[in-house]
Amino acid sequence: MLRNIARRMATVIPTLVGVVIVTFLLTRVLPGDPAVYFAGPAATPQSIAEIRKSLGLDRPLPEQFLRYVSDLAHGNLGSSLSTGQPVVSEIASRLPASAELTLCGLVVAILIAVPLGVLAAVKQGSLIDHACRIVATAGVSLPVFFTGLLLVYAFYFLLGWSPAPLGRLDVFYSAPSNVTGFYLIDSLLVGDLEVFRAALAQLILPAATLAIFSLAPIARMTRASMLAVLGSDFVRTARASGLAPSTVIITYAFRNAMLPVITTLGMVFSFLLGANVLVEKVFAWPGIGSFAVEALIASDFAPVQGFVLTMAIMYVLLNLAIDILYGVIDPRVRMEG
Amino acid sequence: MSEPAGTGSTAVGALPAPRTSFVGHARHVIGENPVTGIAFALFLLIVACAVLGPFIAPYDPLASDTSATLKSPSAAHWFGTDQLGRDILSRVMVATRLDLAIAIFSVVLVFMLGGLSGIAAGFFGGWTDRVVSRIADTIMAFPLFVLAMGIVAALGNTVQNIVLATAIVNFPLYARVARAEANVRREAGFVQAARLSGNGEYRILLTQILPNIMPIMTVQMSLTMGYAILNAAGLSFIGLGVRPPTPEWGIMVAEGAAFIVSGEWWIAFFPGAALMIAVFCFNLLGDGLRDIVDPQRRT
Amino acid sequence: MSRKHLPSRRIPLKSAAHIKRRDFLKSATAMAAVGALATPAVWSPAKAQSRKETLLLVTEDGPNNLDIHGVGTNRSGYEATWNCYDRLISHAKKTLPDGTLSYDRDKFTPELAEEWNLGDMSVTFKLRKDAKFQDGTPVTAKDVQWSFERAISVGGFPTVQMKAGSLVKKEQFVAVDDHTFRVDFVGKDRLTMPDLAVIVPGVYNSGLIQKHATEKDPWGLEYTKSNTCGSGAYKVTSWKPGVETIYERNESWVGGPKPELKRIIWRTIPSAGNRRALMERGDADVSFDLPAKDFAELKQEGKVHVASTPIGNGIYYLGMNVKNPPFDNVKLRQAVAYAVPYQKIIDAAMFKLAEPMFGAPSNEPSSLVWPQRHGYNTDLAKAKALMAEAGFANGLETTISFDLGQGVVSEPIAILIQESLGQIGIKTTINKIPGANWRSEMAKKTMPMMVNFFSGWLDYPEYFFFWCYHGQNAIFNTMSYVDADMTAMIDGARAAAGSGDWPTYEKDVKGFIKKAFDEVPRIPLFQPYLNVALQKNVTGYTYWFHRQLDYRSLVKA
Repeated sequence: MLRNIARRMATVIPTLVGVVIVTFLLTRVLPGDPAVYFAGPAATPQSIAEIRKSLGLDRPLPEQFLRYVSDLAHGNLGSSLSTGQPVVSEIASRLPASAELTLCGLVVAILIAVPLGVLAAVKQGSLIDHACRIVATAGVSLPVFFTGLLLVYAFYFLLGWSPAPLGRLDVFYSAPSNVTGFYLIDSLLVGDLEVFRAALAQLILPAATLAIFSLAPIARMTRASMLAVLGSDFVRTARASGLAPSTVIITYAFRNAMLPVITTLGMVFSFLLGANVLVEKVFAWPGIGSFAVEALIASDFAPVQGFVLTMAIMYVLLNLAIDILYGVIDPRVRMEG
Repeated sequence: MSEPAGTGSTAVGALPAPRTSFVGHARHVIGENPVTGIAFALFLLIVACAVLGPFIAPYDPLASDTSATLKSPSAAHWFGTDQLGRDILSRVMVATRLDLAIAIFSVVLVFMLGGLSGIAAGFFGGWTDRVVSRIADTIMAFPLFVLAMGIVAALGNTVQNIVLATAIVNFPLYARVARAEANVRREAGFVQAARLSGNGEYRILLTQILPNIMPIMTVQMSLTMGYAILNAAGLSFIGLGVRPPTPEWGIMVAEGAAFIVSGEWWIAFFPGAALMIAVFCFNLLGDGLRDIVDPQRRT
Repeated sequence: MSRKHLPSRRIPLKSAAHIKRRDFLKSATAMAAVGALATPAVWSPAKAQSRKETLLLVTEDGPNNLDIHGVGTNRSGYEATWNCYDRLISHAKKTLPDGTLSYDRDKFTPELAEEWNLGDMSVTFKLRKDAKFQDGTPVTAKDVQWSFERAISVGGFPTVQMKAGSLVKKEQFVAVDDHTFRVDFVGKDRLTMPDLAVIVPGVYNSGLIQKHATEKDPWGLEYTKSNTCGSGAYKVTSWKPGVETIYERNESWVGGPKPELKRIIWRTIPSAGNRRALMERGDADVSFDLPAKDFAELKQEGKVHVASTPIGNGIYYLGMNVKNPPFDNVKLRQAVAYAVPYQKIIDAAMFKLAEPMFGAPSNEPSSLVWPQRHGYNTDLAKAKALMAEAGFANGLETTISFDLGQGVVSEPIAILIQESLGQIGIKTTINKIPGANWRSEMAKKTMPMMVNFFSGWLDYPEYFFFWCYHGQNAIFNTMSYVDADMTAMIDGARAAAGSGDWPTYEKDVKGFIKKAFDEVPRIPLFQPYLNVALQKNVTGYTYWFHRQLDYRSLVKA
């Protein structure tokens, strides 16, 4: 098992190296000169040159790269020019916000898509099957920011059911003390139910937006997997043994069908982390997505590099975790490993 | 399902096996699944709109008319007018061409880049495989939308760069699928036969392997067409989309979104509906194609 | 694949995990249910009271630095500095015809200085004896001297702004004693006094900041970036860049009457539609960077109060690069000036929330007020004739650029201009340039045509022209316009104003305005309004030259 993990990590290193190089080059190719930007209005060529020197941008590219890599080795991701904070602390404070949102979105998506997929599989070929397919596909056919804005318009502006899209918490609540950075967990840990409720209320619309967007792949995978399992021998045996249909579906077929779905979940999760940026912009969510987008537009290299690197590492760790989980659940995979 | 359709058994004296033509098979599938039929019909409608759009649009999509701004749908303007008085119906129709072009060029490009690299990797193995897989893994490790943003921001927001960004972002998927397919068929009977006939490896790659992976790729390509249009819309929302005043569904939705709150719903609604129908159509088309080509892989 | 033994093997494993999962789910749902029931209404009495004393401000961008002296501080950062630091003097208020309060350009009031003596070549200020910084240390003339030295030494925008009022050498700033401070003039400049009332020469707590200064950072810019060290009416108690800034009232402020609002919360909300929704539903108190259309509609609906004030000394313009062909040809520029669809722009792009700057009887200035109307109007026939005279009867191709960050206004303007120019044979492509690149492009001075906005803090024509038409070719002189006569007139006007020679002043001002209109390197399109949306129970809004919000006068009923 451990040898397996070690081997996986070895293949991952070249990928990470590739990510570091590509990000570095990409940010250097971005038009726009941060030195001019930060020299401020009414800059003279002299002040621009001074700032460029202080930012280290006057050195040749390979030298800049080596400095970057050595900084990385010390855990220094640089500082954001627009906020002035070290990138590591910015990411550390904003990552929980994005992760909380993405996880909630994923949970909602699973709660809807899995039953939908199961239903479609059980009633294959019927109207319900087609309806499920249409619903799932419809969700992924609209741009995610548009879905978000429509939800805000309908549920906040017209109906007033959901709270103002002001971010993670309404202005009159203060954030619970930072243990995990997840407001839902932290507020429960201190027993502050009011803050819990407020944080939950703010999460509903953005999570719903993400969920709508990720229904399709999960529903499809569930359906396909259920279909494959429902046609297998042991299910036929269970049916032949006279077990009630619900028992067959839920207790026997469903659990076995879940394995491929878990792999899809991993893919969907990392896909959502990238799509987050648009949802965060719409809902004023203080996550790393919006942070990276603003930095990109301001030609602020360090946050973009830090963001991409963080995401890449998370993606790799996530895939590893899923592989291990898969191995735990299904011993056959472990053998093949 | 690599045998070309139409091969029947030819035992001496036996009746020839019923030959199921491709069209017959397709018709059967569509008949069984009305949704797919609708998707095909929609696709033809979209193509027609793209080809004929500029000719049948009632107004010039770029002509502004400040005396008629923000008018709701009426007899004169079926889809209403936008903030500069431009007719939205005309803009939506003319935008079909650009969006379809973005979709098609993106998939053609990613097929050429990803598909060809993938089959080479799967067929030849060794270093080709390693290099292609590393590249695919590296790209996949990026948050894909941010990568697309980065590429467009770095190279400039033109239609070509948006197409390029979409292609690069989808490269890993195509490379992986193509690689898997080519790998399976590497030592297949017909490949061996082609080798024995004296065909070189590259020739086999292009004339034997490539046609055989086309069905699977076509399915993936129709899904990517939908993704390409959504990607362009997302980029427009951040300001990295096509340049104004070019009509394109994504940027019309992104701009129109600001008007929803003030009640001018039609500016975003109609391009949004067109976009949704197109992406929907491409997705369902992908499903239908998969049913025709390889029913075992239905989801 | 044989799964025959799986069911029996799985059950014990799964049920153990199952129980845990089930229990957890049950308890979580129970807690959520209890939480939902037990929560009191949001507006509990304690909350209602605090809501009344708190202002919620929503804008697209928050401060990226709390100190205007910092590197690359944005406009929102200026607002933080304005409210948290005091200056020696400030402006009195006046009421505009429509009832809005505004600063009075010509009348100064005491802030940290309780009185001053304006001499011929210097001005002496007597500082308040009871002024204290927010950490309790008293404000002395040494702090003022240090702060002013800092302003002229940090470079970038603050130094340039100080220079505009002839505040250039540290020898000009003299701390006579603890409560007396003198500024010596290097020359007679009527802009010196107003320049002392702008945001840049704030008074900083030199003792506190110097404790945090380092060799690399002698002025302590890193510390003041995230800490307010002033004596002003508010202090920043929480700053999350890009998310939220929270101010609390300084209870021992002596620079003016005690502000009503105890707490200000400033939230960054990127989506304009959401900001409008928040205002309409009453969930936010103030917003001032909505699109013009939203302001026009909010005004009409009447649910919130919209204050619109013409931006002093400010114009939106179409600039052309006069150094490079084709726009080095004055007749071509005039042709363009006759082709711009001025009224369409004001109607469609600004929803009439702007002052027209076109259509005067001629290019002769009618007064010394800037901005004022020029003599061009939309006349395509004249434009075509001038094109032919310029030698471009066959048309030409070029680009129109603008800052993506100002896109909400600039884009419709660019599109309308593009359409109109197309009709006289000039084909244009539109170039939207994202934020950081915009400054670079402006600095390069190669853009043939651009749509841009400029306004000067000191509301005098010679000040505007100094930045935009003077031979020093500052970054704001986006057209690269360098002309000896123009430079002479601008310098002459400044000198005349400094020495009180009003006949020469008038001659020079009228001269440079006429030349600017005749040669038209930049075509003034309109004078925009600064629009602010406030809930009806929020009063006391005052228009300031810096176009940011001054919290000290706001009252929430």
